[in-house]
Amino acid sequence: MATLGHYTSKLTGPVAQSGQCLLFLMRMISSIRFSAAQVRSVLQQIYLIGARSLVIVMICGFFVGMVLSLQAINALEQFGASDQVSLLVVKSLFRELGPVLTALLFAGRAGTSVTAEIGLMKATNQIEAMELMAIDPIQIIALPRFIASLISLPLLTAMFNALAILGSVVFSIGVMDMDAGIFWSKLQTGIYFYKDFVGGMWKSLVFGGLVGLVAVFFGYTAKPTGAGVGTATTNTVVLSSVLILVFDFIMTSFFT
Amino acid sequence: MRPNYKVELASGIFLLLGIAALVWLAMRATDYGQEIGKDTYRISARFTNVADLRVKSPVKIAGVTVGMVESIVLDPVMFEAVVNMDIATRFNEIPSDTGASVLTSGVLGDRYIGLEPGGAPDMLVEGDELFITQSALILEQVIGKYLFNTGSSDESQ
Repeated sequence: MATLGHYTSKLTGPVAQSGQCLLFLMRMISSIRFSAAQVRSVLQQIYLIGARSLVIVMICGFFVGMVLSLQAINALEQFGASDQVSLLVVKSLFRELGPVLTALLFAGRAGTSVTAEIGLMKATNQIEAMELMAIDPIQIIALPRFIASLISLPLLTAMFNALAILGSVVFSIGVMDMDAGIFWSKLQTGIYFYKDFVGGMWKSLVFGGLVGLVAVFFGYTAKPTGAGVGTATTNTVVLSSVLILVFDFIMTSFFT
Repeated sequence: MRPNYKVELASGIFLLLGIAALVWLAMRATDYGQEIGKDTYRISARFTNVADLRVKSPVKIAGVTVGMVESIVLDPVMFEAVVNMDIATRFNEIPSDTGASVLTSGVLGDRYIGLEPGGAPDMLVEGDELFITQSALILEQVIGKYLFNTGSSDESQ
């Protein structure tokens, strides 16, 4: 009987945890107040998790753009279509690579730091102290980080895409001596604003909410020990990466 | 000065940079803002085949874009494609006997509509229909015809 109970709890455990996560999300949403103090703490978190991730995102975007154009030119040259390189690069960037790669980078750079920070607050009893003073820690600690990640990720994705296009310009126009006019006119006739651009940005908004929720939730439910915070941080990276890729497929297949 | 003023300033700059990147991408790297302006008038033309002509394909006179395809629908009775086009109002002196044909830029390029202005004294206005049309050249049909012709000439020899 003991083993049966063990297996049942293995099955129901993740279900209960996702239910807990959903309740946590609802508690966060219900504590939105639009007060000046709340806006200010969201701005501070945007600086910490958004603006501080800017450099890594921009560097990665630049090199992704360069390597994509390198591969695309190699492949397209075989049938004399290397003029189409900008279309191929930017379409794959806008639709998939931009949102997904930026979200993965963001989960590694910002998600982990949020989980570790909140986990450490819990381990040092700061969250208990807040509850004792009748301050809602979800409103003060969790919500600003969640909202900041929701706002930051689409903007980071836009900058990743912009830098990737710049990388593609540098490689295909600067190094491979392709025509700049063809490069831009292919984009302005072949990339569709709603289907490609808005579709990708919408994805990155969902990824932002996903990474923010996972990071805050795992931090908040971490075991208040050193090892517990470490496990929670690992879980944040693993689960957000998996969720990003799963949701990417779901959203692509159902909404486009 | 508030103690975390610098932090707020930095995140404000980050927000502005992000929005600037969004706008730049939308303007420079998508078809957004490639419209032909707000002032347009609509004309239509019927084709027996438009091939892969698409909505927003350009409408050109002498190679210069003067408008874009607004919609393509099938006439359920005549089984013809009805193409509605928006032409910029500044090109309001196109003769009413202008012909339209579905053309291809390059061998495998995008389809567009080419207008060949006629010589009639009255001009096209909102709601007019072009009657002189020429359908798209379908590569498979041309190749098929070519193969069929050479086949038959082989037999006669």
